[in-house]
Amino acid sequence: MYVTDKILPELPAPSNTKGIIHWLKTNLFNGPINTILTLFGLYLIYKIIPPLIDWAFIKATWVAETRDQCLGDDKGACWAYIRNRFDQIIYGFYPNAERWRVNLAAILLVLLTIPLFFKKTPKKVWLGGFILLVFPFIAYVLIHGGWFGFKVVTTDKWGGLMLTIIISLVGILMALPLGTILALGRRSHMPIVKSLSVVFIEFWRGVPLITVLFMSSVMLPLFLPEGTDFDKLLRAMIGIVLFQSAYVAEVVRGGLQAIPKGQYEAAVAMGLSYWKSMFLVILPQALKLVIPGLVNTFIALFKDTTLVLIIGLFDLLAIIQNVLGADSAWLGFDTEGLVFAAFLFWIFTFSMSRYSMALEKKLDTGHRN
Amino acid sequence: MRKSILLGLAVSAVFSASVQADTLADVKKAGVLKCGVSTGLAGFSAADEKGNWKGLDVDVCRAVAAAVLGDASKVKYNPLTAKERFTALQSGEIDMLSRNTTWTLTRDASLGLNFAGVNYYDGQGFMVSKKLGVDSALKLDGAAICIQAGTTTELNLADYFKVNKMKYKAITFDTSDQTVKGFEAGRCDVLTSDQSQLYSLRIKLAKPDDAVVLPEVISKEPLGPVVRQGDDKWFNIVKWSLNAMINAEELGLTSKNIDEKKASKDPAIQRMVGGQGEKLGLDDNWSYNIIKQVGNYGEAFETNVGAGSPLKIARGLNALWSKGGIMYAPPIR
Repeated sequence: MYVTDKILPELPAPSNTKGIIHWLKTNLFNGPINTILTLFGLYLIYKIIPPLIDWAFIKATWVAETRDQCLGDDKGACWAYIRNRFDQIIYGFYPNAERWRVNLAAILLVLLTIPLFFKKTPKKVWLGGFILLVFPFIAYVLIHGGWFGFKVVTTDKWGGLMLTIIISLVGILMALPLGTILALGRRSHMPIVKSLSVVFIEFWRGVPLITVLFMSSVMLPLFLPEGTDFDKLLRAMIGIVLFQSAYVAEVVRGGLQAIPKGQYEAAVAMGLSYWKSMFLVILPQALKLVIPGLVNTFIALFKDTTLVLIIGLFDLLAIIQNVLGADSAWLGFDTEGLVFAAFLFWIFTFSMSRYSMALEKKLDTGHRN
Repeated sequence: MRKSILLGLAVSAVFSASVQADTLADVKKAGVLKCGVSTGLAGFSAADEKGNWKGLDVDVCRAVAAAVLGDASKVKYNPLTAKERFTALQSGEIDMLSRNTTWTLTRDASLGLNFAGVNYYDGQGFMVSKKLGVDSALKLDGAAICIQAGTTTELNLADYFKVNKMKYKAITFDTSDQTVKGFEAGRCDVLTSDQSQLYSLRIKLAKPDDAVVLPEVISKEPLGPVVRQGDDKWFNIVKWSLNAMINAEELGLTSKNIDEKKASKDPAIQRMVGGQGEKLGLDDNWSYNIIKQVGNYGEAFETNVGAGSPLKIARGLNALWSKGGIMYAPPIR
């Protein structure tokens, strides 16, 4: 018989329940099917990754003056193709001498946005309002020009990543308030407001974006008197905003429905008017709830902007496909162009989704406690 | 097809009601020619790294600007997709269209448009790999053919093989880039497309020298500039700007020698560069400006798509009538 009055020292866990080998055994090689799948996966990785790295980095040509320097049996990706016209990918046909104005607008936006991320910033509401209401005008004056001695740069010169970002930002910033109003309208008890909202939302959700753009660019000019010069980009933007606001409205409506009836009744019991109860009680809660849905539609919008190519606007993808791709001196590097475009899009959409996750955490909408 | 005809009818109905147009006055007043071009087609219209548009189609716009405004650079290019090109012209968004557009009866007669000539005779052709050892399309019986789906090329191909009692296997792809990749991977023996495109697709091959373009052309695709119907004065200006380029080549006038040849006693040259402008409503320097600033047709062809360019398209049908082609312009006199 073994008796002890002391607590025995802890022993390390048996080797078959910890460590890398154990982890591999329980996660990758438990059972014949998983073992086969793991081996198959490893084989795929072996087949895909090394040649990809080889193509994209090791054998890639980073600097080249002519197309011939990129060609050859031992040559991989031709990043010089992108590098040589990188400025055009970013700014489109925006004149060289005026590009600082675009940069200034971008830097301004970033500088204004950064304080919003810190908890301690005072007067956040004012700053947010400034970005939403005043900054667009500053950006317009800077980028379009025409005032304060800035040379006018017409919208047909805008292009590349800059145009993609402008269209998405306008779409997002305008569609959010418009969509919120529509969502409130759809839940309103006033029959006219309600039916107008329903018709608007269902109409714009019922047509594909490509049709909206096509109508705005091809059919609309036919209905206007001859010679009316209605900016193509503006037409596209209006179409995108109306289209997007219908989607935002439905997302926001989902949030409104999730708010318990007690909250509405409490707001009314406090003697708040309709608008006050909405803006002080209901919407702050509802919008928090629908952040994932909103970000989802915004990411979709960001990617949908590539459709403006069909109306002859040169966004990021259009510049790469139609301008770089039509350069007869550099034919045959479409793969590089598309990979680069995909990479840029991924950076933007990925940061948007990370931002939304951080925002959810900060506002703690999960009600996990 | 029927839809587009209906649309065209509706559109022309709208425009027959509009007031008598004077495009020439509008262009002169604006000081700039609004020209519709392709969003990007190697050799025909493409923006370079500085954002300047270049190409054979672009040169027609530049020629008209040189004739009307005396400055080939006074053009505002409006990049258009294939779908919006005609409405852009009909709605007055552009003054003329120069966007590799095939001249057909339907388009000419039912869209309220006029074709002002042909600046490139295109046609569907075949590209084969050299290993195949084929030198004529008539030897392609039983071949596997890579083709872009949903294009008229598909129909032309079927017609051609049926008429010549040959069999083929079509392998269709969605875009021209996929088609060329399929050809490169050996999924088919032959690639078919419009000849102007075959040359740029050939450059995209890893080994362009291993492929040859066969001489046969199995369809007619005359491409040319287009204007709105109902403004004959403007129609004439665009037509004769193009004709001036072709005639200049015939007379041996180039952008380099025009200044010395201008003084030549040759009556044909005299008629060409001195006078005739009045009849078109232009000043007498119109043709000189075209030749000096844009060059003759041959020059435009060589620098944009011909031997002086990476595309290296042979003149073929587009050579002058006197040199074995069919490029022919009525005389300036």
